[in-house]
Amino acid sequence: MLDFSAQNLMQWSRMGMRKAYGVILNELANDHPELISIAADVADSANLIALKQRHPKQHYNAGISEQNMIAMAAGLAKEGSNVFVTSFAPFVSLRVYEAIRTLVCYMDLNVKLVALSSGFSLGVQGATHYALEDLAIMRAIPNLLLLSPADTTEMAKALAFLAEYKGPAYLRLTGLPGSACVYKTDYAFDVASNDVLRDGTDMIIFATGTLVNESIRAARLLQKQGISAGVVNLSTIHPVHASKLAQMCMKYKLIFTVEEHNIIGGIGSLLAEALSELPNHSRLVRLGTKDSNQVAGNYSFMMEKNGLTAKAIAERVAEEYSAQQ
Amino acid sequence: MEKSIEKIQDLALKIRNHVLDMTLHAGVEGGHIGGAFSCAEILATLYGSEMKLDPKDSLNPDRDRFILSKGHVSLVHYAVLKECGFLSQDDLDSFEKNGSQFSTHEIASCQKGIEITSGSLGYGLSIGVGIALAAKNRNLDYRTFVLLGDGECNEGCVWEAAMAAAKYKLNHLIAIIDKNGQQLDGFTDDVMPICQLEQVFRGFGWDVTVIDGHSITAIQKAVRAAGAGKPSVIIAETVKGRGISSIEGQVGWHHARITEEQYSEFKQALEE
Repeated sequence: MLDFSAQNLMQWSRMGMRKAYGVILNELANDHPELISIAADVADSANLIALKQRHPKQHYNAGISEQNMIAMAAGLAKEGSNVFVTSFAPFVSLRVYEAIRTLVCYMDLNVKLVALSSGFSLGVQGATHYALEDLAIMRAIPNLLLLSPADTTEMAKALAFLAEYKGPAYLRLTGLPGSACVYKTDYAFDVASNDVLRDGTDMIIFATGTLVNESIRAARLLQKQGISAGVVNLSTIHPVHASKLAQMCMKYKLIFTVEEHNIIGGIGSLLAEALSELPNHSRLVRLGTKDSNQVAGNYSFMMEKNGLTAKAIAERVAEEYSAQQ
Repeated sequence: MEKSIEKIQDLALKIRNHVLDMTLHAGVEGGHIGGAFSCAEILATLYGSEMKLDPKDSLNPDRDRFILSKGHVSLVHYAVLKECGFLSQDDLDSFEKNGSQFSTHEIASCQKGIEITSGSLGYGLSIGVGIALAAKNRNLDYRTFVLLGDGECNEGCVWEAAMAAAKYKLNHLIAIIDKNGQQLDGFTDDVMPICQLEQVFRGFGWDVTVIDGHSITAIQKAVRAAGAGKPSVIIAETVKGRGISSIEGQVGWHHARITEEQYSEFKQALEE
């Protein structure tokens, strides 16, 4: 059983999602003998060395061969294991997309794809290591549960859920060590619903990953200007009921999406699809990276450059709000 | 000749006949005849005498696993599964029909003896590594057989799997390469030369045997010798279209439609 004590929550938060992943999976492997971890030469990066030492039969290093890793995982899963495969986000999504579609999702196998350091998390390592398209492509595969936790607490909840869940899933990890906690105490995680973290009357902001916290901070800044913004943590991205999402938007004249992802194909597109089911709907503003190649820079530089800091989000929201008045 | 060899020869003939029937009934959709015929003896031998399988207990955890990595020759696999009691004649008759489970490329159904969904080349050996690793992990004795095409060895994932199998000393993993020397666009040596498959696999740490892939006794001998401390690959030298002299080794029979006249001619050729 994972211990969601205040001490653990703080420790995971300090580590950030990537490093906390290994610590949490190690605990889960202890309780789930059918759980197997495979890493593509990222066991150290993902903090999986302790798991390997503690449960040598539950961890494999596939080397730098992501296609082989996915197919090996399919073979192990076919024989009854629940296999958690991991690499940096672009290499466990874009690089192996067809293998995931065919071998994991079409065959309905128990493989969990853990995408380390998605979005801009790898900072100055640059464009090859950014994943700003993974939501778009993974969302298009039938039978793939797609989760994007807001913080390390929610990631731990999601991992505990996935250790029991039978079927394919993609877990998108974002942020840096020390990224703020949205869920500061133990709480009830429900994969079937997306949490309304803040009520608002003037607009609603849907955010995902570590940008949930930035959006909450933006909402606080807006409150000081007398603008009331609601915030929803869109951590379950696929499958979602379009009608449920549309329902959440009904009472708002302005709807925003905030994501560390290209505005094409991510949660902005997801909301646009949901709203298109309605005969009439309000204006949707999608914040994310524009449809262009990225230069390299550290995390905060990339966030500022792409208008994804709390301050930039608040400014854009206020601008749209005053234009509508 | 041993009685069992005769039975396997007969099985190979029956499955070639099924392949022709299915291809004819598929009409304009056609079938991958050439590569199906090149591996007919391999499948007949594995299913006829080498693999531990029971259609009445098809999910038995101790069964041997057969992975058809060259998934485009599903029709020859369907044929042998029918002869061994896993599939029915109705199943074969639904080959390539709208809505059928029995499409050109296989869809997994362990109950029916089809372990994986295949057709996207290059993944079978990696999946086999995972399945063989599961056996090692759980101290199970089943063997994992993977049938690949030589053209398929263009795929990089095959070589990623070759490394992994050697690393984990998967001695119960047996790859068989149907080396018929051709692929969709022509001869493998022209499309993408692979040099010496034998040396390459040996270099990766595999046990390698090169045999006549149409010799049942050679296939049996190679399979029975496999399993000594490392993964084994049997490079089966075969002829594309084997069994019908007019198409043997000819380019153009990778995938084809056949007319009623050709069907009769080919049926007769099989009996000769």
